[in-house]
Amino acid sequence: MPSRRTLTLAAIGTLAGLFSGLFGVGGGIVMVPLLVLWLGYGEREATGTSLAAIVIIASVAAAIHGAYGNLHVGDGILVGIPAVAGVVLGTELQQRISTKAISLIFAALLVVVAGDLLLR
Amino acid sequence: MIEAVLIGLAAGIVAGLLGVGGGTLFVPALTIGIGLSQLDAEATSLLAIVPVALVGSWRQRVYGNVDLQAAVALGVLALAGAAGGVVIANAVPERALEVGFAALILFVAGRLVWRALREQPRPS
Repeated sequence: MPSRRTLTLAAIGTLAGLFSGLFGVGGGIVMVPLLVLWLGYGEREATGTSLAAIVIIASVAAAIHGAYGNLHVGDGILVGIPAVAGVVLGTELQQRISTKAISLIFAALLVVVAGDLLLR
Repeated sequence: MIEAVLIGLAAGIVAGLLGVGGGTLFVPALTIGIGLSQLDAEATSLLAIVPVALVGSWRQRVYGNVDLQAAVALGVLALAGAAGGVVIANAVPERALEVGFAALILFVAGRLVWRALREQPRPS
């Protein structure tokens, strides 16, 4: 019998995928708050674990798109290189702000994503 | 093109700070900044997210903030879930789904704010 934690983790992963499949939003929007609210992860642990899960999700999704010929590799590199510099800055910044601030900024991101969905 | 570079940088900062892929910013960078179609921008965004998430999770791993076993479980199940999501998206009216999901994430945002403002500061 799997533990309650395992089942909750399975539910979070499935929901994250379901919503990305439905709306094209990233799984992180779903995984980070649910890891915090349902499993009691700290904000930093939730965001770090979410990023590691996204490596798997984005790799497979990009490979499928590649098979359909939708990838523009040069353009991906053009935005990807500054973004890799950005993610190093972002993770360093995150270690220096309070967990409360991380939660509040994340809530603001959720409001932006909700607004974007409603205005489609 | 300079917009694409600047939005890419911003997307990376958001990804590192909040643990998301940054696609919300990559897609407009690629459609508005470079002129890709929506579909090609979404595909290319996923490609750009791979190194961003890889480097971001490596940095977080150094700080002891990655539960690797949970991450693998989440990633694999999310792939299965995404396949299910595509099936549902083709069966149910899109607008109802969008409004429902928007309401749901607003509720989650409220819960996060409530929790953040109520709790005592924890040692980090």
